[in-house]
Amino acid sequence: MALLTLEHCDIRLGGHRVLEAIDLTLERGEIVAVIGPNGSGKSTLLKSILGSLTPSRGRIHKPPGLRIGYVPQRLSLDATLPMTVSRFLQLPGQRASPRIGETLAQAGAEGLERSQMSELSGGQLQRVLLARALLKSPDLLLLDEATQGLDHRGIADFYRRLEPIRQTLDCGLLMVSHELQAALAASDRVVCLNRSIHCQGTPAHVAASPAYRALFGPEPRPLADTTSTLPESSS
Amino acid sequence: MFDDFLIRAALAGLGVALAAAPLGCFVVWRRMAFFGDATAHAAILGVALSLLLSTSIFAGVLVACLLMAALVSLLNGKGYAMDTLLGVMAHSALAFGLVAVSFVSGVRIDLTAYLFGDILGVGKSDLAVIWTGVALVLGLMGWRWSRLLIATLDADLARADGIDPERERWVLTLSLALVVAVALKVVGVLLIAALLIIPAATARPFSRTPETMVMLAGLLGATSTVGGLQVSFWLDTPTGPTIVSLASTLFAVFGLAAWSRQATRRARHSPPSAERYR
Repeated sequence: MALLTLEHCDIRLGGHRVLEAIDLTLERGEIVAVIGPNGSGKSTLLKSILGSLTPSRGRIHKPPGLRIGYVPQRLSLDATLPMTVSRFLQLPGQRASPRIGETLAQAGAEGLERSQMSELSGGQLQRVLLARALLKSPDLLLLDEATQGLDHRGIADFYRRLEPIRQTLDCGLLMVSHELQAALAASDRVVCLNRSIHCQGTPAHVAASPAYRALFGPEPRPLADTTSTLPESSS
Repeated sequence: MFDDFLIRAALAGLGVALAAAPLGCFVVWRRMAFFGDATAHAAILGVALSLLLSTSIFAGVLVACLLMAALVSLLNGKGYAMDTLLGVMAHSALAFGLVAVSFVSGVRIDLTAYLFGDILGVGKSDLAVIWTGVALVLGLMGWRWSRLLIATLDADLARADGIDPERERWVLTLSLALVVAVALKVVGVLLIAALLIIPAATARPFSRTPETMVMLAGLLGATSTVGGLQVSFWLDTPTGPTIVSLASTLFAVFGLAAWSRQATRRARHSPPSAERYR
């Protein structure tokens, strides 16, 4: 059974239709990247999967009891709220666990347990948020522009961590990204989004498709060409 | 021992300080200070209503505060900035409340008791009501604590954990209404928000986790109420305002201490430690 199925979903925000006729499935063990220009509805898609937004048309299926790990684009931490990293990782109600140190290391943030959340750098905060999502042993991991504010090395490092995470947790992974190259290289399947799904398939297939070039411009890319292609769904 | 009015006053003050501590922290964390003010001012409307309908003041205040909260969330996002909206609502509630009280026929009511509190007039039955309210608030806070924290940090993060941030917001609103209803007798509508915010703000620089901040705020609030009671007895000053004045003095003293500690620390190692993961 798929971890996630969207059937012909429309999402409206303040009267505007931000997403239109979205059909999407995600299987366990799959890494799917959603790419698209700014304002294309990528974050809205994640919010509707989380349940913060309800589709005005269509349906979102999630198996009951699905554990979702979510790494937000940013966390607007109010400096008035004192919070150590280890306390944050134990919310809500997860008791102090020996896995905290281990999971921080897995996310590349070892040794930060006693730091204040509001004093972390952007990159550190992203890694701590990833660690918190991992600590739940999620079935489905949602990453929203998780590499924002990282330099090139940080981005490469972040994407390198995804493969071992998928393997140890056996989870599905849906990430929203504007890092085209890195996202294409790290994913099994790519979805081009701009209000509706313009094309989807393997990275090689998507990179070669006219819809992709229409969205992101012609870009010579040294992408290893894999043979398999999927039929694209268009709007 | 409940026969001594000073002991009753101290117990009432302690109860309110305890209930105000966790809630005051949330008011600070969620930037709800204006909302706290509006809710507290709605209490005078509740007093008027319960006098007119001759129901219990506690129930009237509770209903008025909840109605205020419902109205605020209804009007939210309808074209006014939140602080403007709350400013309008807070003072309208106060004005309408004062006008409504003047309609109450019969016994003349001592309005100052509701505006500035009447902690020395706390009777045994008041004490029972206050501590019941306190127990309810502390129970509610303890039960929802982690959920409330997550919902305060980030609404979407809460959703991912299966927590409905809207529901947690209403838990806080209900607790706020309870605290207002309980604190009315102790400090009065005009100073309830002060009792919420000042101890929490004082505690912030000395806390590393939310829990320590709440405990510190509770300690500071208790010190302010019991100390203020004592001071007002010596100086023959109105008790509610004296309590808040003492809380503000503690805020100033602790704030200065935190500021000087920070300044010396900054001078000691001027460049901040290297950020490893940038």
